[in-house]
Amino acid sequence: MVNVLYFAWVRERIGLPKEQVETTAATVADLVSELKEREERYALAFSDLTALRVAVDQELTDFDAPLSGVREVAFFPPMTGG
Amino acid sequence: MQIVVQEQPFDVGDRLNQFSASRTDMGAVVSFTGIVRQVDGKLSDMMIEHYPGMTEKALTSIAEDAVSRWSLGDVLVVHRYGLLAPGEVIMMVATMSRHRADAFAAADFLMDYLKSRAPFWKKERTADGNAWVAAKDEDEDALNRWQTP
Repeated sequence: MVNVLYFAWVRERIGLPKEQVETTAATVADLVSELKEREERYALAFSDLTALRVAVDQELTDFDAPLSGVREVAFFPPMTGG
Repeated sequence: MQIVVQEQPFDVGDRLNQFSASRTDMGAVVSFTGIVRQVDGKLSDMMIEHYPGMTEKALTSIAEDAVSRWSLGDVLVVHRYGLLAPGEVIMMVATMSRHRADAFAAADFLMDYLKSRAPFWKKERTADGNAWVAAKDEDEDALNRWQTP
């Protein structure tokens, strides 16, 4: 079980900020593939991965990152701080 | 190092004065303040979303990086989230060092990294509709300035 968080337009497109996902995905990319198969809104949100960033346990990483032992995965657009 | 993430407004002058007065062995303080910018009179407000938990970690890690690269007495970062009106202060950074060069460079570095490595997202609400502020390519390019060869 992993907590999946969505921010900014990813959250709006998927329609929720956070959910628990039962998954055996080995990597973030595998998790994305599972989510995309669920429903159209997920497929839309994840249609262009170059427009997305991912954090695993609150550290910025990439889509190849392994999910073993991970508690939290977050998807969001490029950040605009400052 | 002081990292503050909060919804409420803050007084930049008070923060800066406290920061500057905290050491007597530092001869230079540099600060930057980011303000919600009005555009053609159309912006009604800006909603800033962030990732509680990761935000504090990311800001701390960026500030630690600055401390390891330059000789700094201290670093202050204050960043707001929530609903902000044009003219309101979004955030500030301040750095102090014995001489000005380190404080200037570190403040510049902090801002470049804050822009694209701190988990904040801005949504502008205007007369023409609402839109997420897109990251700019030059923000990403700006980070290359700091890559050590």
